Amino acid sequence: MSTSSYYVPEQSRWPIIASLSLGLLAYGAGMTFNAMSAGGSSIGPYILGAGFLVLFYVIFGWFRDVISESQGGLYSEQMDRSFRQGMLWFIFSEVMFFAAFFGALFYVRTFSVPWLGGEGEKGVTNMLWEGFQATWPLMVTPDPAQFEGPKELVDPWHLPLLNTVLLISSSVTITIAHHALKEGHRKKLELWLAATIVLAIAFLYFQVVEYIEAYTHLGLTLQSGIYGATFFMLTGFHGFHVTLGTIILFVMLLRIFDGDFTPKQHFAFEAAAWYWHFVDVVWVGLFIFVYVL
Amino acid sequence: MTKALLALGLSLAGSSAMADWQVNLNRGVTEISNAVFDLHMLIFWICVVIGVGVFGVMFYSIFMHRKSKGAQAAHFHENTTVEVVWTVIPFLILIGMAIPATGTLMDMYDTSEADVDIQVTGYQWKWRYQYLDEDIDFFSNMSTPREEIYNEAGKNPNYLLEVDNPLVIPAGKKVRFLITANDVIHSWWVPHFAVKKDAIPGFINESWVRVDEPGVYRGQCTELCGKDHGFMPVVVEVKPQAEYEAWVAAQKAKQAALADAASQSYSIDELIATGEGVYQRVCAACHAPNGGGVPGAFPAITGSAIATGPIADHINIVANGKSGTAMQAFKEQLSAVDLAAVVTYQRNRLGNAVGDFVNPSDIQNY
Amino acid sequence: MATVDIDLPHVKDHDHDPHHHGPAKGLGRWLFTTNHKDIGSMYLIFSLCMFLIGGLMALVIRAELFQPGLQLVEPEFFNQMTTMHGLIMVFGAVMPAFVGLANWMIPMMIGAPDMALPRMNNWSFWILPFAFLILLSSLLMEGGAPNFGWTFYAPLSTTYGPPSTTFFIFGVHIMGVSSIMGAINIIATILNLRAPGMTLMKMPLFVWTWLITAFLLIAVMPVLAGVVTMMLMDIHFGTSFFNAAGGGDPVLFQHVFWFFGHPEVYIMILPAFGIVSEIIPTFARKRLFGYPSMVYAVASIALLSFIVWAHHMFTVGMPLVGEVFFMFATMLIAVPTGVKVFNWVATMFRGSMTFETPMLFALAFVVLFTIGGLSGLMLAIAPVDFQYHDTYFVVAHFHYVLVPGAVFGIMAGVYYWLPKWTGHVLNESLGKFHFWMSFVGVNITFFPMHFVGLAGMPRRIPDYALQFADFNSIASVGAFIFGLSQLIFVYNIIHNARVGEKATAQVWDGAHGLEWTVPSPAPYHTFSTPPKVD
Repeated sequence: MSTSSYYVPEQSRWPIIASLSLGLLAYGAGMTFNAMSAGGSSIGPYILGAGFLVLFYVIFGWFRDVISESQGGLYSEQMDRSFRQGMLWFIFSEVMFFAAFFGALFYVRTFSVPWLGGEGEKGVTNMLWEGFQATWPLMVTPDPAQFEGPKELVDPWHLPLLNTVLLISSSVTITIAHHALKEGHRKKLELWLAATIVLAIAFLYFQVVEYIEAYTHLGLTLQSGIYGATFFMLTGFHGFHVTLGTIILFVMLLRIFDGDFTPKQHFAFEAAAWYWHFVDVVWVGLFIFVYVL
Repeated sequence: MTKALLALGLSLAGSSAMADWQVNLNRGVTEISNAVFDLHMLIFWICVVIGVGVFGVMFYSIFMHRKSKGAQAAHFHENTTVEVVWTVIPFLILIGMAIPATGTLMDMYDTSEADVDIQVTGYQWKWRYQYLDEDIDFFSNMSTPREEIYNEAGKNPNYLLEVDNPLVIPAGKKVRFLITANDVIHSWWVPHFAVKKDAIPGFINESWVRVDEPGVYRGQCTELCGKDHGFMPVVVEVKPQAEYEAWVAAQKAKQAALADAASQSYSIDELIATGEGVYQRVCAACHAPNGGGVPGAFPAITGSAIATGPIADHINIVANGKSGTAMQAFKEQLSAVDLAAVVTYQRNRLGNAVGDFVNPSDIQNY
Repeated sequence: MATVDIDLPHVKDHDHDPHHHGPAKGLGRWLFTTNHKDIGSMYLIFSLCMFLIGGLMALVIRAELFQPGLQLVEPEFFNQMTTMHGLIMVFGAVMPAFVGLANWMIPMMIGAPDMALPRMNNWSFWILPFAFLILLSSLLMEGGAPNFGWTFYAPLSTTYGPPSTTFFIFGVHIMGVSSIMGAINIIATILNLRAPGMTLMKMPLFVWTWLITAFLLIAVMPVLAGVVTMMLMDIHFGTSFFNAAGGGDPVLFQHVFWFFGHPEVYIMILPAFGIVSEIIPTFARKRLFGYPSMVYAVASIALLSFIVWAHHMFTVGMPLVGEVFFMFATMLIAVPTGVKVFNWVATMFRGSMTFETPMLFALAFVVLFTIGGLSGLMLAIAPVDFQYHDTYFVVAHFHYVLVPGAVFGIMAGVYYWLPKWTGHVLNESLGKFHFWMSFVGVNITFFPMHFVGLAGMPRRIPDYALQFADFNSIASVGAFIFGLSQLIFVYNIIHNARVGEKATAQVWDGAHGLEWTVPSPAPYHTFSTPPKVD
């Protein structure tokens, strides 16, 4: 614990603007989704759009302030620890968010689908769904008229396997980049970070290809029963996190081109790397439990 | 202190189950409900003893160790022995409670070897009872009149706990309930049986009861299921075997009579007259007694596109419902006569004047 | 808490630090602030407003239930009232109040200059008014506000929910963002900004309980976000998470919800444990009994809270093994909870007690929370829970742990620390009057609910059978007594916080800890240079 004084920032306009943007986003999204489902039009999308604009403004402005404070030498080692702990707990909260969806997947596989199919302690339920058989992946749902099951599934040993290789390699490349940064090899750093971003974009590209394939040819959609629901929610939220992570890495690259970060002081880069490892680990879980098993 | 009041209250509790100042659980009329009651009392008294002990020491301190009486604060702030003791003893008490509780729970879950199987289905806001071994299938709606609820008439003693068609079961037989729901989650509860099971749409939960004492037992839905959650009572009539058999025979005769009635022809006025009763009993809960609906939640009948459009569409939606909404498939619930009548009523009353009507024989095809 | 000897800190050292000066003027002070004391005040004021709004809704409910029959509101509005009352009290009143107290007190208790991430702190707060504006605005929407209970079970909240459900979902999302950021801030502050010498096992219990609460928040708020996201998908994108027709299960909703919900229950009570553990030693003039066991008890309660969720669902038809497991795990919680109560009583034993308002609230907390805890033990017994589940017995139980539990804890904390915040002592007579009215009101309101619940009255019904009438009338009278007596509290704060008697630095003669070494009112910046704790 340090005895030097801890940096307490001046008044800042960013928090209140950021709150406004979240308020606009929440209200706009609510209006947009309701209008979408009711089939009407509304001003929701404009409010939503305004929310995003304000959010981008905040992100730029707030980070700009933080970066200049950091470069201005206002931060102590203790401040650095606050950032690190904050980032780690944030990643923990993300882990718990995914845990909710993984939990749902395990629940339906272990309990609800078997019960509906007449297996296990609540198998008597099958009375309501005559002819339904429990299988996983669930190709025929209990009520195919309402939820038509997928015709085919994504083959784990093609695109998903390739994507696994891509993401795991990207975890390696970013680690190499990090070491290069700590040793002061700027060129090497730039190269390996750029490689990481290329791998990330390749991953996202193949993920999009897979989704298009699923919707157009496999009949695997959000509406195709619980398999489709868990598949798209898990891979979709993961893909969203990869997208965010890629943007973060790209910003890091720009800052590095700008001459930012020193071998000793580069918390933002480290946080980005942690985040990247996190999305990587989630993917491994997805690959095993969603695609393979 | 308040705990002591509760103890006093409990000992004063009369034996009459319906006493206005009832403060305790009903002992109930089944072996399980008795076991549950005994467990409840056991745990209650354990809690009372713990409460009296803890609060006794606390109030002793409050009274004796106050500064105004010149008390000087002692300096102790830990005592390992005491701390271990008050960790271990509660743990042992808990084990003592857990063992009998587990036994009772296992009995509750043993639904094997039932004599009668009844499927209980929760609907917004009524119960449906299907006797799986007999061809008996009926709905049970609350029969308390609106006037009593809106304080325009005096309330009868069974206010909100009365239905048009109670569930009837034989005394002394093990009756298994297969509980499910059609729309949202409900919960089927009869306190005197200690049976409470959630009715989950798409899944079946099992429960059972064996009642030796004939009588009428009343309960309610106990899972929030929408607007009229408070108005879907459960009434079970337990009849001696012979009376039960007579009731089964009567039910079958009634269904034959309904089939017969469906083949007759009716005039528009007859249909409207019958339809009004059906509407107020079945439809008014959502679409409002005057047909105005509830804006944003339930559409109005008055001037609606369906009720003033082609009659075939109108019959279709009433008979088959609209999936994904609260509109149920009423062909399961209403006889052909009632269906024809209520459609005719909706088209020609409640501010609508289409002028056409439908006979029950034309309903069969939907 | 261990006795803390302190090198008196340089409380006035803001003179020679360029960043440290008094508060800004006008509205800007509150909108742009990074000061933990300002933000704490805003949280507390916000929470008080929500408490009053949620309280008004409770009074609507109790007025309707005063007599059998429907008199004042229709069932659909009644359901909106029960839902909004629950949501507002849980997320708008109790949680923000604790965060407000944490903001004010934690930096002062551990000798930190501010919260670890001051700007994010302000962001956490300012999300809340937006979230609750959205939630409250749903009352005016077509189809009305959410009406499916604060537990919003699917499919009542999905397929059958009103259009405002979508707004509710996004409101919960941003509320969750606020809670997670607030919790991260608190953990980082506690782990990283303690003054030299303030080891973990020397931290005041309020700080300890908040550390653990913050961990719970970070662990479960994302799960709540997950479950409302599944709802959103079921409503608008045709997924079948909670629909058996597609292979899902409505009960899945309840599992995920209560995985959040049970730790949430402890989020609302652990900080109150902390507050009471500060107050009782002060007014008993005796060190807290069993400090380490208090810490371990809180930690074990928090860990157990992750494996007991399904005791809220004993009647959903879980397999027998699950039923037994959750029953045993739940009963175990009684052990550490018992330890805490015994420790409080042992702290009072052979103390030298006085009974100022904070102490009265703390004592009432111990008694009434214990009653709620004991009825909780009864509810843990699965076979008996079949008779209690979703009746007024449950309503009585959780109001005993939340009103004289959490809310009394908060009020005790406010009476205890307000002199430190404002520099003025609250009026003791008014405080005592407020206490006794609240104490009597709370018991008249909630004690009879045990009786009607056992006699068979389900919860969340706008009208009831005649045999429940007498106790319901009594409960309604009690509710109005309790509700009106809160006006005394509001008056006492507003009036005396300005003109009350001047407070000394220590305020209460038995008080120990860093927060009592700074002047009252606490300067705008405290501990810019950390004090040294031996």
